[in-house]
Amino acid sequence: MSETNTAPKPGGESDRATSGVEIRLENVTKQYGGQRHPAVDSVTMTIPAGETVVFVGPSGCGKTTTMKMINRLIEPTSGRITVGGQDVLRLNPDELRRGIGYAIQQVGLLPHLTVSQNVGLVPGLIGWDKSRIAERTEEMLDLVGLDPAEYRDRFPKQLSGGQQQRVGVARALAADPPVLLMDEPFGAVDPITRGNLQDELMRLQEEMGKTIVFVTHDFDEAVKLGDRIAVLGYQSKILQYDTPEAILANPADETVAGFVGAGAALKQLTLRRVRDIELEQLPTATAGEEPAAFAARLGGRRGAVGLVLDERGRPLRWVTRRDLDRSGSLATAGRPVEDSVDRASTLQDALEALLTADAGYAVVTRSRGQYAGVVGLDSLMGTIRALREQYEDEDGTPDGRPGDGPGGSDGGSGAAHA
Amino acid sequence: MNWLSDFGSFVAGRWEQLLFDSYLHVSAVVQCVVIATVVGMLLGVAVYRSPFGSAVATAVTSAILTIPSFALFGLLIPVLGLGVPPTVTVLVLYALLPIVRNTIVGLASVDSSVTDAARGIGMSRFGVLTRVELRLAWPAVLTGIRVSTQMLMGILAIAAYAKGPGLGNQIITGLSRVGSANATNAAVAGTVAIVILALVLDAVYVLIGRLTTSRGIRV
Repeated sequence: MSETNTAPKPGGESDRATSGVEIRLENVTKQYGGQRHPAVDSVTMTIPAGETVVFVGPSGCGKTTTMKMINRLIEPTSGRITVGGQDVLRLNPDELRRGIGYAIQQVGLLPHLTVSQNVGLVPGLIGWDKSRIAERTEEMLDLVGLDPAEYRDRFPKQLSGGQQQRVGVARALAADPPVLLMDEPFGAVDPITRGNLQDELMRLQEEMGKTIVFVTHDFDEAVKLGDRIAVLGYQSKILQYDTPEAILANPADETVAGFVGAGAALKQLTLRRVRDIELEQLPTATAGEEPAAFAARLGGRRGAVGLVLDERGRPLRWVTRRDLDRSGSLATAGRPVEDSVDRASTLQDALEALLTADAGYAVVTRSRGQYAGVVGLDSLMGTIRALREQYEDEDGTPDGRPGDGPGGSDGGSGAAHA
Repeated sequence: MNWLSDFGSFVAGRWEQLLFDSYLHVSAVVQCVVIATVVGMLLGVAVYRSPFGSAVATAVTSAILTIPSFALFGLLIPVLGLGVPPTVTVLVLYALLPIVRNTIVGLASVDSSVTDAARGIGMSRFGVLTRVELRLAWPAVLTGIRVSTQMLMGILAIAAYAKGPGLGNQIITGLSRVGSANATNAAVAGTVAIVILALVLDAVYVLIGRLTTSRGIRV
């Protein structure tokens, strides 16, 4: 089992704030009575403070059991678990859990309580006073992108699946726990909502720097969210524990390679985030301005593209010089901006947005939707080239590496060849 | 028409007595339902996690319900004497089944992901029971209480044979003097009063249900 604590962190994430604490599992075993084999067999791993570690593996491999032992929803049969240096088996389980955020696939909002009461549960349990809880609840709803005024007094059944999951995440974060356990939290929502929720979680994590243990069976989700991925096999045996880049570039064995699946090279695009590359800037104008004035700024170059922003700086429309010449108002000129990415989005998302925008650029927005810059095809190509070169420099062993010819035993295992 | 005006003057003449019996009747039923609710819910809470315990509790309380009430009063008089003690005992025993069964069913049907999440965020076992499970099971429990109340309104009439309180006395007095003046009137007045009171109580339960059930779980 590669316990690579020295593996380089994915680029650009080392400077984020860390409020999380380290979690250590030492020879943790769970044996259910009446079963011959333990459900979890002697797992040892260190989850570094402030990182997102994804447990990924097939159904029934014990990944959820392993996670639930951290907050003692399942009591380990033997072994030691520490959270921030404290032995969890010595703590009162209820108090332990109040200090650990918990979000699950079925969300599990209390249906008889309103959204704000649900979010305020843990602060209430640890004895915050009412006004502080109310304030915190508003803050948390805002944080997960739900307008408090609109959603505060709703009941869970009045929310969509994605909104319920947002409330679930807000509830998990409400008491500002250093550690967050998430058991396939986005498994039951539609793919589009799932993508949005993943993006938001990454954005939140960038601000918060919690230690997150995230369980999923979706390797793509693991690659997208994880600072590290623990690929687990039967009985929660750690098949590989490393950064997504390392696992994609060099799967430890055939089982891992099978799990990585086809298209490893394309998946590597999901490892670089928009914030890792330099944004380009386009000429911009607000919707109220005169088209002619903007046209002058855009210049006469063929194919020059500009962006129209609304009064709050959010991108509205793509305009070309020709659009400006034909149109009387910037509010209606050109084409609407239909898709945008933020700085936490992956380059794959950016590529997607770029391909659909037909302006040749993907718009990048800040957290409140304001324009931050654009990503062009050239900078994407440059990044991909750099990524490839980096692997050729770093990785001496060609075994299973994409783009390096047949890699011995992993032929046909799905590791893509560029 | 003649009979109706006769009945009307009977009611007008015994108005105070009828009202007093009505009060005693409702009061006895409500008090017994309260006792049965406490006992039944405790019993339900004690057994709902165990399929075997649930089966036993349901079987025993249904068995009680199959004993004819007239026989049960008769059998209890030698043990508990006359009046209030046998009345309360019988009414509480009969009221148990709907409450116990609905408590068990209500608690067992709480979505396990809700309790898992409640435990996961650090609610104690007792907190999960009182703040989550019982709240979610409450509409079912209340339905049980409502059924019990309706049942007891009728059964209490029999208690008059054991010198119990309530409108049963009107009925029994009437039936034991069939043929004499006002005999039918008394029996009919008692019966009609019970039906009216049962309907009124049922309306009260609808109101209680509205007031004590969160909008989030109202169907």
